[in-house]
Amino acid sequence: MAKKSEIKLIGTVASPFVNRVQFVLNLKSIEYEYIEENLACKSELLLTSNPVHKKVPVLIHANKPPICESLIIIEYLDEIKPDVHRILPSDPLERADNRFWANYIDNKFFPLYEEMRVTPGKEGKDAIKKRIIEGSVLLEEAFIKFSRGKTYFGGDDVGYLDVVLGCFIAWTKFTEKNNEFKVFDEVRTPRLVEWVKRIWSHEAVKDVIPGNEVLVNFYMMLQKYRPPRAV
Amino acid sequence: MAGDKVKLLGFWGSPFALRVEWALRLKGVEYEYVEEDLSNKSPMLLQYNPLYKKVPVLVHNGKPIMESLVIIEYIDETWKNRPLLPIDPFERATSRFWAKFVDDKFVPLIIKMSSSTREQKDKVAEEAREVLKTLESSLNQNKPFYGGKILGFMDIAVAWIGIWAPMLEKIIDIKLLDEEYMPLLNTWFRDVLEVLVIKECIPPLDKLLAHYKDYYDRFMATKSN
Repeated sequence: MAKKSEIKLIGTVASPFVNRVQFVLNLKSIEYEYIEENLACKSELLLTSNPVHKKVPVLIHANKPPICESLIIIEYLDEIKPDVHRILPSDPLERADNRFWANYIDNKFFPLYEEMRVTPGKEGKDAIKKRIIEGSVLLEEAFIKFSRGKTYFGGDDVGYLDVVLGCFIAWTKFTEKNNEFKVFDEVRTPRLVEWVKRIWSHEAVKDVIPGNEVLVNFYMMLQKYRPPRAV
Repeated sequence: MAGDKVKLLGFWGSPFALRVEWALRLKGVEYEYVEEDLSNKSPMLLQYNPLYKKVPVLVHNGKPIMESLVIIEYIDETWKNRPLLPIDPFERATSRFWAKFVDDKFVPLIIKMSSSTREQKDKVAEEAREVLKTLESSLNQNKPFYGGKILGFMDIAVAWIGIWAPMLEKIIDIKLLDEEYMPLLNTWFRDVLEVLVIKECIPPLDKLLAHYKDYYDRFMATKSN
């Protein structure tokens, strides 16, 4: 339906929020032009496309005004091309459950990684690790509920929560290595450990996931522009 | 739908429960309203919303739905009469964006305002006004409601500001909804809040003011100790 360059995605390769939009574009076989943004020096295009937040991702479809916020972009893509790889289920209650957990992941779970980065001292970091681990248990329970014994949150194939959580895998592995602990663990969250392996190798996902070098560079930039709190 | 059992767990002073009621009433859905005592939460609330233990919770035929904007979309998708969200995907994305913008940007600032010194309060109020000015810039002069002639998702998602902002202005002694700089916003809120179905479930303003003032005074007392 969408021709190449009819859809433009402004993003940055290290951003999981951009990655999740790319997963959806791939899953739905929507061709798009990707424009890499340097967040340390934001382009005129980004600043005029998203004057409100000045953030990526930003989706531009034909000559319509830009659409911002990854979850909103995903629902938009699902609505303009509903017949190819539906992302959200059609049942209203399931949709509400999916949206609830997406909000949890974005507003409560993932911010803990950044919290970990800026919190000084072992005691502070250990407290955050504990919260991340508690969150991982909630997510394991959510996976059991949504997957109903199947491979993904979405069932037989990748669905909304697979995309919403799956985009954080690279940063999860990075945070684990940096802080010497496991977010997803064979004993505590066995199903999610399996799920990570599957998502990581899914054809719509694997070429989008940033490499470690990209994450290291982005991390260094965060350390410089948003340094950790003083002890 | 006949035989539907709809319950709303709410708190009379919550703008988030209020906007869910607006959605239910616009759709003509019959519901049982259950008032929660937030200082003594019911077993029902704790059972339905174990993660956050917050209101509002909509319970539809025994199944709970949480988070007010998620609930409103659920209501819109379940009762298909009188749509709240526009039909066009781009306009839907726009409505969702501004509703999220207000929740993500304005709400935390209001909360921050009550925890600050006088100097910090003024600074936070300035940030809050900037958020409102950005919202003002999204409004169209020619439309009484966000979507046009009929109340929709954006109107009910955001109009609570037209009640809570003037109230906070009185309690904290700051300016938020500046008529001079935000004329469209002021007109928009006034128009939405005048609609009968909206107006009839707004809590009594003097009761609301007393409740929040009491909450604020007690909070400030703990801060100065």
